[in-house]
Amino acid sequence: MASAAASDPASRRPGIARTVLSADDMTRIVSRMAHQILEKTSGGAGVVLLGVPTRGVPLAHRLAQRVQAVEGVDLPVGSLDPTMYRDDLRLRGVRPLEVTEIPDGGVDGRVVILVDDVLYSGRTVRAALDALAAYGRPRTVQLAVLVDRGHRELPIRADYVGKNMPTSRRESVAVRLREIDGADGVLIVSPEPSPTGAAAGAADPGDRP
Amino acid sequence: MKGHLLSTEDLSRDDALLVLDTAERMARVAEASVRKLPTLRGRTVVNLFFEDSTRTRTSFEVAAKRLSADVINFSARGSSVSKGESLKDTAQTLEAMGADAVVCRHSASGAPHRLATWVRGSVVNAGDGTHEHPTQALLDAFTMRRRLGRVDGLAVTIVGDVLHSRVARSNVWLLATLGASVTVVAPPTLLPIGVSSWPVEVSYDLDAVLPKTDVVMMLRVQRERMSAAFFPTEREYSRRYGLDVDRAATLPEHALVMHPGPMVRGMEIASRVADSDRSTVVEQVANGVSVRMAVLYLLLGGSGEVS
Repeated sequence: MASAAASDPASRRPGIARTVLSADDMTRIVSRMAHQILEKTSGGAGVVLLGVPTRGVPLAHRLAQRVQAVEGVDLPVGSLDPTMYRDDLRLRGVRPLEVTEIPDGGVDGRVVILVDDVLYSGRTVRAALDALAAYGRPRTVQLAVLVDRGHRELPIRADYVGKNMPTSRRESVAVRLREIDGADGVLIVSPEPSPTGAAAGAADPGDRP
Repeated sequence: MKGHLLSTEDLSRDDALLVLDTAERMARVAEASVRKLPTLRGRTVVNLFFEDSTRTRTSFEVAAKRLSADVINFSARGSSVSKGESLKDTAQTLEAMGADAVVCRHSASGAPHRLATWVRGSVVNAGDGTHEHPTQALLDAFTMRRRLGRVDGLAVTIVGDVLHSRVARSNVWLLATLGASVTVVAPPTLLPIGVSSWPVEVSYDLDAVLPKTDVVMMLRVQRERMSAAFFPTEREYSRRYGLDVDRAATLPEHALVMHPGPMVRGMEIASRVADSDRSTVVEQVANGVSVRMAVLYLLLGGSGEVS
């Protein structure tokens, strides 16, 4: 069955990993994003943070902690699993479901901020927007991501971006969080360069479901 | 999970836990304001019921509809089956109609297994003869886990018509897999010959077992399957093996009373016990929908390949 390891691109594929954000970088970035959220929402009024599992959830909690430290406001934090709303379910084996936990008070009339680790095709966010609609009608929905790596396939953008990170489609971005992985850091994993120059052909099948 | 759910006897511990965990997520959907998921849009689930069963069929139907699957109810009565069509011909008809899953209940033990060799879609056993009823056992285990926090290590007592009960068989295998210790209590005439090879303790004395029980599961006396006299009178059965108020009082404080339904009040279970706080009868029905959603999702939710 799919485990945390399978959803972590860095451990799935052999290749060369380089660290692009250190633990300290991440702390500063989360802190800045918390300030931006406070600025844009006039002090966090009516805000609900919903993390997209797995790594969006601890990030949402970290943002809430920073907001608490800066402004003394306790933002409700929950999680929203978009799996059953995905458009690619039939392209691979069954995905395990994650926890959806809507905070008391719900999302009706609130400013919901979806929190995820990496923004890539935008399909997860699309599914999350559909999932959110099942729980109510927020006044506004915003998106906060730690890393935006580009290559969007849908008209979706983030309101709060920790780091814009131009990548190739052949690379993968691995966000490591101490709550899940034991340590903080963001890595870019490039496929192993092949001496015959056939790397693209060799690495591609791993990309498919 | 493999392509079908035919029995709990061959269900691995990992797969059983995956069903329970997935059911837990599905139960959350019932709390949302929109209780419908698009997950199985465009898939077709056929309810193929050769035996009457309103509650199980409805439960599967609700589960499939909550996942947006199309549901076709195919009951034997009034169909070509009553005109003499064989199971295989029925299966081929369903196959030609493009059924992605067939939920089958049949009075013959093993019918869903045969069906699984004839259709390309997934087969879910919804009760075959006196053999198995796997989703009932899964929802029972799910109910225990929700109420008591675990299944592993629980002392479960199954009381009544074990001989004719597919619910008992499915529960025995599943509970053993999940680490519970099971005791079956029944008149000797209502125990199957092979019970000594099951992973259970056997007792004929309900009063001795109840104080050490975490979960007592009462079975219905299945008059429709009884062609001979298995006990002298209903009153005697009820006196010795029925769960009345006094007996229920000897259970530990936290113990649950379960019944797969339909109940015969006054026979195997007293009305006041069935309606008490420790009874999970109504919860079991709600949990049945969550568990069946989980099973349908795990069988139909992906590409069909093992991830």
